[in-house]
Amino acid sequence: MEPVRIISGRAVPLDRSDVDTDQIIPSDWLKRVERTGFDRGLFSEWRDDRNFVLNDERYQGANILVAGPNFGTGSSREHAVWALQQYGFDAVISPRFGPIFVNNATKVGLVPVTVSHELGERLLKALEDDPTLMLEIDVESATVEVQALGVEESFTLEPSAQYRLVNGLDDIALTLSHAEEIARFEAQRPAWMPSLA
Amino acid sequence: MSNATGEPRTLSEKVWDHHVVHSAEGEPDVLYIDLHLVHEVTSPQAFEGLRMAGRSMRRPELTLATEDHNVPTADIGAPIVDPVSRKQIDTLRSNADAFGVTAYPMGNQRQGIVHIIGPEQGLTLPGMTIVCGDSHTATHGAFGSLAFGIGTSEVEHVMATQCLSQVKPKTLAVNVEGELPAGSTAKDIILAILGRLGTGGGIGYIAEYRGSAIRALSMEGRMTVCNMSIEAGAKAGLIAPDQTTFDYVEGRPHAPTGEAWQQAVADWSQLATDEGATFDKEITLDASQIRPHISWGTNPGQVVPLDGAVPDPASFDDPTEASAAERALEYMDLRAGQPMKEVPVDVIFIGSCTNARIEDLRAAAAVVEGRRVASGLRTFVVPGSHAVKAQAEAEGVDTVFTAAGFDWREPGCSMCLGMNPDTLAPGERSASTSNRNFEGRQGRGGRTHLVSPEVAAATAVAGHFAEPADL
Ligand code: SF4
Repeated sequence: MEPVRIISGRAVPLDRSDVDTDQIIPSDWLKRVERTGFDRGLFSEWRDDRNFVLNDERYQGANILVAGPNFGTGSSREHAVWALQQYGFDAVISPRFGPIFVNNATKVGLVPVTVSHELGERLLKALEDDPTLMLEIDVESATVEVQALGVEESFTLEPSAQYRLVNGLDDIALTLSHAEEIARFEAQRPAWMPSLA
Repeated sequence: MSNATGEPRTLSEKVWDHHVVHSAEGEPDVLYIDLHLVHEVTSPQAFEGLRMAGRSMRRPELTLATEDHNVPTADIGAPIVDPVSRKQIDTLRSNADAFGVTAYPMGNQRQGIVHIIGPEQGLTLPGMTIVCGDSHTATHGAFGSLAFGIGTSEVEHVMATQCLSQVKPKTLAVNVEGELPAGSTAKDIILAILGRLGTGGGIGYIAEYRGSAIRALSMEGRMTVCNMSIEAGAKAGLIAPDQTTFDYVEGRPHAPTGEAWQQAVADWSQLATDEGATFDKEITLDASQIRPHISWGTNPGQVVPLDGAVPDPASFDDPTEASAAERALEYMDLRAGQPMKEVPVDVIFIGSCTNARIEDLRAAAAVVEGRRVASGLRTFVVPGSHAVKAQAEAEGVDTVFTAAGFDWREPGCSMCLGMNPDTLAPGERSASTSNRNFEGRQGRGGRTHLVSPEVAAATAVAGHFAEPADL
């Protein structure tokens, strides 16, 4: 994973709550065995609607998604994160995220930015009024800044996930560095624990 | 059983502490994973990741693969028609071969939905850590296991290390006290809980279901409750193991035997939450007030009692909930104030890891016995596993369904998520025993209402939402 420190750019306002991962990437798309090619599946059931915000030219090229609360709830499909990334998003801002989505996102470098309900609402409104609004997310200090609005707010990001993001660390390698402890643990597991051997 | 400092602990804290491999201030704990369940949808990219990094699988024998999400439920002897689905199944088979993982392919006597076969085979035991690239993994929490869903990167992590680094969640007690009224089921308990917590109320927590109404449930009922923990956003949901648990587990293929069984039961009996242990959050429901429930909207927190009516979006204090309700009514094509029992349906789906075990099928069959499915309905019964199917057939449950006009299918996830040919057409409305009523979940434009097997069966006969007492 590449280090992720600062994300700045324009944002798309997705003013809906409870955008679950079935909406982010419908299940037809989960049959693929590849890691790529999910961008076309992003919100695919909504994209036929010409009024859907991703079809609004004014937001083309934005790299941040701002959504209502409970974003990414539901199914554990990491494909939802891949679809957002492959479409071009580097970060998602919401007042509350599904927990598995947060885990999945931080593993592959998509930054989940959990803000207050007030800021979430304010950003949605401000972006609807002004699609050129610039946002800056500083992962190292866990702050989000919108200069034009005079806003700077810190956001919550689990410290170890933040550390891995900022340093671009491979989670598996970190765990493998505890190989001795893992082996010690295994040695004391009861023999009757289920095994398919 | 308290820890070294003698502090009283909750069930989930005990299971957690037992599995800590490495712990350091300010870092997530590294937890050992006792059982990793794998299916065709969330694993191909994980196997590929291992290959690309030149890593092997640490403990393939603690891993079980099954084919469930994608498999057809009719003509399973013939090649899968959809080439993309077929490729995904073939990929799982070749990966399992290459990495030495036991796999139960379609048609195998032990194949079935991943969360149904673990308990069936005695692979799910109290006090274990169990993960799967599937959000309904909390099902296994019914045994007092810490079981949770993970994404594909974490699937790869477990394959390579048999561990996961995890931040300890907070604890949530969900107390359900008293006796359920006749006609209400475990499904109604969890739907009522979701109505209380909403889709976000469990985020950041592990839920422990407690109280006399939970203890009175069978293991299958407990699995139904734990299954839907994720619908409130909870990382996991569990229930303390007791005699009901031990009786269910004893004698299953992978359960310990002889002296090991005695030792295991002694250990498991220590898992229950200690007297005096505290939870970070607590909610209490009165079981005697839980009537049969149904979802009216597009998330599993949007529920009402079946004898109630579609709520008015204006009745929600929270503006976010009100606008979500408004959108849901539009998608579901319902009006505020409409009695739920007057809503006609097109499709009945009895299946999924929530409600496709033998007790579910028996209960639904008892409702349809000697009756006929209303004309014009499509009706599916999809057993959760081959073992469930075989048992139902041995008992004659299948013929009760087929005589009433139901379609009796092969096991799999089927219309729970509509990845195989079993889907809703745009605008079709289902009564479904599954766990998610998200937009398009059962097929693009489909409208899903979550109910118990009994309500699904009564609805099949009535042609509109109904409970058995209405027939
Ligand atoms: S039955 Fe449904 S919820 Fe359960 S594992 Fe299959 S797709 Fe997931």
